[in-house]
Amino acid sequence: MNNKYYGKLIFELSRQGRVGYSLPNFNYEDAYKMNLPEEQKRQSTTLLPEADELTVVRHYTNMSNNNFGVDTGFYPLGSCTMKYNPKLNEELAQLPSLNIHPLTPDFAAQGCLAIYDETQRLLSEVAGLSQFTLNPYAGAHGELTGLLVIRRYHESRNDSARVKVLVPDSAHGTNPASAAVSGMQVVQVKSLPDGTVDVEDLKTHLGPDVAAMMMTNPNTLGIFERQIPEIARLVHECGGLMYYDGANLNPMLGVCRPGDMGFDVMHINVHKTFSTPHGGGGPGDGPVGVRKGLEQFLPSPVVIAADEYDASDIYFNEDTFCIGESGDTLGSVSGYLGNFAVITRTLSYLLSMGKENIPMAGKLSVLNANYIKERLKDCYLLPIEGLCKHEFVFDGLRPEYGGDHHDDAHVTTLDVAKRLLDYGFHAPTIYFPLLFHEALMIEPTETESKQTLDDFIEVMRQIAVEARDDREMVRTAPHNTPVRRLDDVKAVKEPKFTYKAL
Amino acid sequence: MAKVIEGLYYAESHEYVRVEGEFGYVGITDYAQSQLGNVTYVDMPEVDDEVTAGEEFGAVESVKAASDVISPVSGTIVEINEALEDQPELINQDAFANWIIKVQLSDPSEVENLMDAAAYEAICK
Amino acid sequence: MFKYFPHTSEDIREMLDVIGVKSLEDLYAEIPEELKFKGELNMPSAMSEVEVRQHIQALAEANIVPEECYAGCGVYDHYQPSVVPYITARSEFSTSYTPYQAEISQGTLQYIFEYQTMMADLTGMDISNASMYDGSTATAEAMLMCVANAKKRNKVLVAATFLPQILNVVQTYAHYHGVDVVLVPEKEGVMDKDAAVALLEADDVAGLICCQHNRYGIIEDFTGLAEACHAHKALLAINSVASDLAVLRTPGEWGADIACGDAQSLGIPMGYGGPYIGYLCVKEALVRRMPGRLVGATTDANGQRAFVLTMQAREQHIRREKATSNICTAQGYMCLFVASYLALMGERGLREVNELGYSGAHLLHDKLLETGFFEDAFPGKLFLNEFTLRLKKGVAADFVRHMLECALVLPGVAVADDLLTVAVTEKYGPDSVEDYVESAKIYFSEL
Repeated sequence: MNNKYYGKLIFELSRQGRVGYSLPNFNYEDAYKMNLPEEQKRQSTTLLPEADELTVVRHYTNMSNNNFGVDTGFYPLGSCTMKYNPKLNEELAQLPSLNIHPLTPDFAAQGCLAIYDETQRLLSEVAGLSQFTLNPYAGAHGELTGLLVIRRYHESRNDSARVKVLVPDSAHGTNPASAAVSGMQVVQVKSLPDGTVDVEDLKTHLGPDVAAMMMTNPNTLGIFERQIPEIARLVHECGGLMYYDGANLNPMLGVCRPGDMGFDVMHINVHKTFSTPHGGGGPGDGPVGVRKGLEQFLPSPVVIAADEYDASDIYFNEDTFCIGESGDTLGSVSGYLGNFAVITRTLSYLLSMGKENIPMAGKLSVLNANYIKERLKDCYLLPIEGLCKHEFVFDGLRPEYGGDHHDDAHVTTLDVAKRLLDYGFHAPTIYFPLLFHEALMIEPTETESKQTLDDFIEVMRQIAVEARDDREMVRTAPHNTPVRRLDDVKAVKEPKFTYKAL
Repeated sequence: MAKVIEGLYYAESHEYVRVEGEFGYVGITDYAQSQLGNVTYVDMPEVDDEVTAGEEFGAVESVKAASDVISPVSGTIVEINEALEDQPELINQDAFANWIIKVQLSDPSEVENLMDAAAYEAICK
Repeated sequence: MFKYFPHTSEDIREMLDVIGVKSLEDLYAEIPEELKFKGELNMPSAMSEVEVRQHIQALAEANIVPEECYAGCGVYDHYQPSVVPYITARSEFSTSYTPYQAEISQGTLQYIFEYQTMMADLTGMDISNASMYDGSTATAEAMLMCVANAKKRNKVLVAATFLPQILNVVQTYAHYHGVDVVLVPEKEGVMDKDAAVALLEADDVAGLICCQHNRYGIIEDFTGLAEACHAHKALLAINSVASDLAVLRTPGEWGADIACGDAQSLGIPMGYGGPYIGYLCVKEALVRRMPGRLVGATTDANGQRAFVLTMQAREQHIRREKATSNICTAQGYMCLFVASYLALMGERGLREVNELGYSGAHLLHDKLLETGFFEDAFPGKLFLNEFTLRLKKGVAADFVRHMLECALVLPGVAVADDLLTVAVTEKYGPDSVEDYVESAKIYFSEL
């Protein structure tokens, strides 16, 4: 990435009369020329730019140079699993023969349906569940879909009293938002000082109005919830289902499967665990898996394989797969079969990894996280000691390194994050989870080398020394990025969302 | 140090009510605004809406936080502070002068469940 | 080791030593034994790059890929300029995270700002968000916005002329969110406007959502609808096919409060269902009700104009259960497809796309009627590049199958046993139309 700012907008490069396209010059008789009644015509002209091809190419290329990505540097971004995005996945997702219309009749789309089916089966095996839908478009969308599976399940038993979703207080804000959109209410369960669920507090919330308990394991602090069998037993006993938020699945790969831990429903963020690119915030895909006995509630459409189909052989004909509906479906959450190109990337990754490497991914991600934690905990405050899984949380700088909260001029987590940008690293996740004031959450993933981690550790230690010796410099960071700290108060108070408003 | 004013009633969730006759002026405290930082938006209810003590009636947003505002009293909203629509930062300038809603109190005795200035000052430490 | 793992055995040993454990397994020491997965995953061994490529290519080749595609129904086979895949392939864009760290994400923020400008402009609205998952979820979110805005009303009117795949999603969201969706019936292929106005009379409607063009390809007339909605304090939302908006009266010009839909038609491949991009645009008064991300312009510490995610206090990570939606992200990367496509096409190009589609569709429509094997499903209706015909004999799905197998042409979508919906894009001209009609003639005359 380049630190010289390229700040132009395409509208500012536009000059009347330029074109950047060429279209066929078909000859139609005058009778076939577009002729719309006046009241149905667009009344205004547009502000769309007029630009030649090179201007457009250069513009976006210059913009890309102001962007940080996994391919340019390390993201220690907690809860986000920014692992390497293999290039083979990209190549295969763009195969021309997969670029067909979504309403192609089933007999002509067997290849796409086979990719969907195979991905679904592999995810089921990795998760220890019975069946996945790949239709949800993103993690949050999967979360909503999974909660709707649970609602449909209770609805199918005519149990309308179950409207409460129990969520640990360390959970991500999306959990309560998803519950609200699914028409349920969230009840927070307290955490113990070590960050795990307080089972005694959980017990006080259990009852005939509980639809589900929603958890990640390891939790948001990177701590494994050892009480999970007891929690699952209690929730099941009271008639609720266990929902696994797959945000933290990576360290568990091949070690401990959600289905085996007692979870009934889960979603996976394939852009985290299964290496599909984040794309500056989408598109992802959020497959939702269910245990045996809940398959009929999955959203429509579903891909159905013929009874005689043998998945290990993957020989199929034009009737092997068809699109249908689940028996007791919750409805639809997507127009078609999800973000299909993202599904193809997922399959490419799963096959490349195979049964040998999937468990290694989890272990190496845990190794990397613990290594960073051990080497930085003398400079940064570690509120929860012990082994973490794929990620861990610091509560800001230690007091002796400028992090004393009682000092109004202390160096904050935000300052540390911004200073990291100067050194060519992305910032960690900051101010989440909400359990700590100065949370700084680090997740290195398994695809980063010891050299990269050592470089990162050196820089983090350097920043701690700077925070102690030269506060002002850290507090005004970043200094070397294409733009400096932005005025986000102004952005809200004088909102400008379009070029026209500038 | 956040300002606390004598004569107002305070809730643990950092709202105050100033009672004048049958009306109560409800806003967020100086401590609340200092915690939120630059207030960028106040989500206000409408005149004639009912509010209930202990229930939220709106929200105050800063750049990176949003806080529900919980009514310390019950009654009917007779006025909203329209100045906050265009200048939400007035809350930062003087949270006590810039109340959010004016309520016709349905049960003036409710204020007895709230804290006085001294008690509130103690919880802000 | 393995190509995606950089660890040497020496690295692992050194790192374990720092942590103070003996083996990788010891990193999981706290996990109860009975929870651990024993044995091997029941899945294939790691495949080499050559094998993965062969395997997925073999699957892909099981598709029958038409040389010409006349299927539409919301997804169109438009021309994609070569610059679009070229630019979007830049990994600085694709491998980046959500642009929270604005100082190193100006590329992403800038193209989203461009996208917002273009979509607000195309729809004739004030503000666009940074996109939604797809057109169906954007429409469902528009419905939720209507209800949130009305506060005390829970009923939303939805045109029955919506594509079923959008309607299904809207109804699913409505069912679980407790929204009362009332379908405005269809009359002669368009939404029955009188029925809609009558339903508004009850003064309990939060919003009306209708679509342009509709499931049959018909251009509907919304004259008077906005006035009727607003007179009864209801919002009007219009779902449009994005590409149409260069030539059709815009949602803003119809007086709509919300514009929503899919922008697949703006440079995004059909890709068997996704990723696409949903757009959601509003009048200024509704900005705080709008779900999803917003990018705004501001200045940095040097006073330089730059871009940043803003108004985040509406969003799920801060507002939790009170958020406008649970959506976390946008289809960020897909905004780049739309922005770069529109940068190249401009108004003139997009207009030409519509003119060519219009001409091709009207020619094909007339020629198919001339064969005598078809009739208009809804005679005399206005359409742009998509229309629906009734088969006088035979079954639409059989015709589609025949054309695919024998001519490698996907002739449209069989939307009912006797109904075929056909879309023509700028890629297909008079010669293609002639071939299509000839093949159809042969098929039906032999039937």
